[in-house]
Amino acid sequence: MRRVVVTGLGLVTPLGADVETTWANLIAGKSGIGAITRFDTTGQKCLIAGEVKPADHEYGFDPNKRVDHKVQRQVDPFIIYGIDAAGQAIEDAGLEDMSEELRLRAGCSIGSGIGGLPGIELESVNLHERGPGRVSPHFVHGRLINLISGQVSIKYGLMGPNHAVVTACSTGAHSIGDAARMIRDDDADIMLAGGAEGTINPLGVAGFAQARALNCSMNDRPTEASRPYDKDRDGFVMGEGAGVVVLEEYEHAKARGAKIYAEVVGYGLSGDAYHVTAPHPEGKGAENSMRMALRKAGMGPGDIDYVNAHGTSTMADTIELAAVKRVLGDDLAGASMSSTKSAIGHLLGGAGAVESIFCILAMRDGVVPPTLNLHNPDEGTEGVDLVPLVARKREVRAVLNNSFGFGGTNASLVMKKVD
Amino acid sequence: MSDIADRVKKIVVENLGVEEEKVTPDASFIDDLGADSLDIVELVMAFEEEFGVEIPDDAAEKINTVGDAIKYIEEHTD
Repeated sequence: MRRVVVTGLGLVTPLGADVETTWANLIAGKSGIGAITRFDTTGQKCLIAGEVKPADHEYGFDPNKRVDHKVQRQVDPFIIYGIDAAGQAIEDAGLEDMSEELRLRAGCSIGSGIGGLPGIELESVNLHERGPGRVSPHFVHGRLINLISGQVSIKYGLMGPNHAVVTACSTGAHSIGDAARMIRDDDADIMLAGGAEGTINPLGVAGFAQARALNCSMNDRPTEASRPYDKDRDGFVMGEGAGVVVLEEYEHAKARGAKIYAEVVGYGLSGDAYHVTAPHPEGKGAENSMRMALRKAGMGPGDIDYVNAHGTSTMADTIELAAVKRVLGDDLAGASMSSTKSAIGHLLGGAGAVESIFCILAMRDGVVPPTLNLHNPDEGTEGVDLVPLVARKREVRAVLNNSFGFGGTNASLVMKKVD
Repeated sequence: MSDIADRVKKIVVENLGVEEEKVTPDASFIDDLGADSLDIVELVMAFEEEFGVEIPDDAAEKINTVGDAIKYIEEHTD
């Protein structure tokens, strides 16, 4: 069977515009969450988010590095983040100069949960105020979810599968899982895979706040608002950014002497068949997804050293934890589990990809990132190492990454070190 | 250069992200400045906005160069 490994990483997050900066800040216990600066929040219930910082910030993002001026003018932020993260991953993998033969076997699977909401909002106002003739000719393709994959394929000449997952907050994990299958099934040798989101705009924030999903009670102390597993948690904090990995067929990577970060060994998917926004109270879908990923990996619960939880800082955290306990059983005692959403917020369609990269870096560096703000662990967390407040050095040989989305969609990935 | 020419040039530089020196009257939007058909639609909208003129589709189709745009606007503004 064709094996799939990770040979390149790219990140744009509220904690940095690249992989190493984000990771260093995450491990240092910094928070990327603050008051919303992107728009006037007058009248909003939620006033905080994990924004990608502007170029002049200490760890800000400069779109001019990898995204053409013209493209920047035409597309929504999620596409800009996605193109940049994909570019980083390609550079990290040493694949800037691919032959035509290789580019025919290289594709993209970079999705988003929501897509171009800021642009839809602005253009809708424009339509109503100034009429149909003032709508931008770039409106549609500057908002479409598959346009990260589209733009990246055009920029780098990638003629393999061009795919984009849309499964809300499971998007990033599904994107990597689906792309890994494409390589395994011989559709491609290389896939850019991941997810992006950029919905810190009035409509996005109001919409999630009205759905009672966002933390609206800690506007005065933003860095404390995302507190997975803590008794005082009260909804998630929206983040933005992108995570993209280069997936590559193992023999192909080995033959060209590529740096191999990890192997994608297990992928599980399931549906809750329960409710549009609430997870199944018994976490059956989450459990099925994790069990499938482990089974596909041919691994047992004792093989998992680190779980990057979906852990959004909502009531659902305990449902996920109970499901993890059932799947890993007594072996959970030897593993660590944390939610990095405590530091960067919930990147929605980008979350599963960004968090997969954190898992990979945890294996590389032998350190697990912390769950910030976990001062009063909720009932049911006893005996589980949730890595409260500070990062911890430990050996990490294999990881499990969970992502669950609205609509009751679940994805789990198992990755391991390559000897 | 006239005031209109300067303003047209500024819009072209901003929309297409090209260097100012390249935006000469003879420059073709597509062949010299890297525009595609949608960029031209957007440019025409920007000219309409900036100069308060209406450029109908059949006229817009004939605007191929920077000079064509300047000429049309000069002829249709007071």
